[in-house]
Amino acid sequence: MSRVSLLSLQILVAIVTLALWYVLSSYPIFGHVVLPPFFFSNPIDVGNQVVAWFASGVIWKHLWVTLEESILAFIIGSIGGVGVGFWFARQPRTAAVFDPYVKMVNALPRVVLAPIFTLWLGLGIWSKVALGVTLVFFIVFFNVYQGVKEVSPTVLANARMLGMNERQLMRHVYWPSALSWMFSSLHTSVGFAVVGAVVGEYLGSAAGLGYLIQQAEGVFDVAGVFAGMFVLAAFVIVIDAVVSLIEKRLLVWRPEVTGSQA
Amino acid sequence: MALDDVQVAFRLAGGGTYTAVERASLRVADGEFVAIVGPTGCGKSTLLNIAAGLLAPAAGTVDIFGAPLTTLNRQAGYLFQADALFPWKTALENVAIGLETAGTPVSEARPRAHEWLKRVGLGAFGDRYPHMLSGGQRKRVGLAQVLIRDPKILLMDEPFGPLDAQTRQIMGNLLLDLWNADRKAVLFVTHDLEEAIALSDRVVIMSAGPAAHIIGDWQVPLKRPRDISEVKLDEAFHDLHRDIWHKLKAEVVKGYAMTEGA
Repeated sequence: MSRVSLLSLQILVAIVTLALWYVLSSYPIFGHVVLPPFFFSNPIDVGNQVVAWFASGVIWKHLWVTLEESILAFIIGSIGGVGVGFWFARQPRTAAVFDPYVKMVNALPRVVLAPIFTLWLGLGIWSKVALGVTLVFFIVFFNVYQGVKEVSPTVLANARMLGMNERQLMRHVYWPSALSWMFSSLHTSVGFAVVGAVVGEYLGSAAGLGYLIQQAEGVFDVAGVFAGMFVLAAFVIVIDAVVSLIEKRLLVWRPEVTGSQA
Repeated sequence: MALDDVQVAFRLAGGGTYTAVERASLRVADGEFVAIVGPTGCGKSTLLNIAAGLLAPAAGTVDIFGAPLTTLNRQAGYLFQADALFPWKTALENVAIGLETAGTPVSEARPRAHEWLKRVGLGAFGDRYPHMLSGGQRKRVGLAQVLIRDPKILLMDEPFGPLDAQTRQIMGNLLLDLWNADRKAVLFVTHDLEEAIALSDRVVIMSAGPAAHIIGDWQVPLKRPRDISEVKLDEAFHDLHRDIWHKLKAEVVKGYAMTEGA
């Protein structure tokens, strides 16, 4: 399929969905409206709300807060994940001791931690960052751990035969291998950083996209809820595109995995 | 280089031990090219790993230039059967790394690496990553990576095994050219008897495992420098091939019976 026809089909899906939504929420079919506007709003109102946010400029503050929380959560979670992942992979005994606790914490639905973080860190950005960190940390940690563990034994033997000492092995073999695993999960971990931020905001905050959605919901402003969701979706798509760009730069040495797109 | 009464045993998962190599003794003189041939799974590679110091023998000793080998063999270069290049480094970086680990500054290592890439016919491929190179090209980079460190001993574990017949022949000639320029002691493991005779000064035959041992040792009476495709037309080549094959065949059959039964 050519790029043009693919793009036009993708746009067609959006148009059909919006049109269906509009028709079903505005005109009665066999006597009743399938999507009552009170619960489903309609695309025009949602669009107006989005435009109003951007026109008045209030949205920028919220976007910025969410972005800030996501980036902080990603950076702190990644540093922690890389550090602990390396440590555990190189010290199997430590890893074995901590193994059940790591599993236990990871199995915990992170949302239940939100009230505790709010108690500890207040309603500001740090309670949201903390929630994001608990999500990002484990993804990065498991990937780095795997990356260090799964260095090809041949490559390792070769590195040793080429005279590498322990420090050089770290730098030239374990580190790049672990990083490649970490970057392959970049989309997931960045996504979770955003999830942590938004969920945290939703549960109690004074700013951010989650706050915006929660506020709208509180006054039964369904158009506001949908508008918040659309802004959030667009926000995630932009971030994902940036991540793809970074990934492409950093992993030039890797063969293209998406071989199906000829 | 001398391996004396070397014995290798692996502890099995279910208890008990598996003796891979039983009392093997082998001497390789300075500048001598020795090939080890044997059926699949006879412990040829194991013997090589012992000579490299990657594996410690259960019994027996390894002497390198008269001194017993206790750790990694620093005098040896090892060309592996599987891909052993660092996938996250370019061809040039892969070749240069062996010098850099030894403390050569990058500014000096890179030009020398480039010289070596040219010698293996890949002067224009320095900025390629391993996955962009063909199997034969990767082996060339591997050869340059090992030889740039100027090892006194060259250990090769079926290095051309995964390549197609034509590429093998070209690689064989390249190896002989490089070796002729600066004769090192070479221990070359292969399952291909023709390749072994065409390349080496001496052919050593191992029995089928377990408890594999050396069962034959032939001098190769062919003149040097050789061309692999021409040498295979030589009368002496055929006589020797017939002699050795006669002995090897029985072992190969035994080896097959063993794997079939398992």
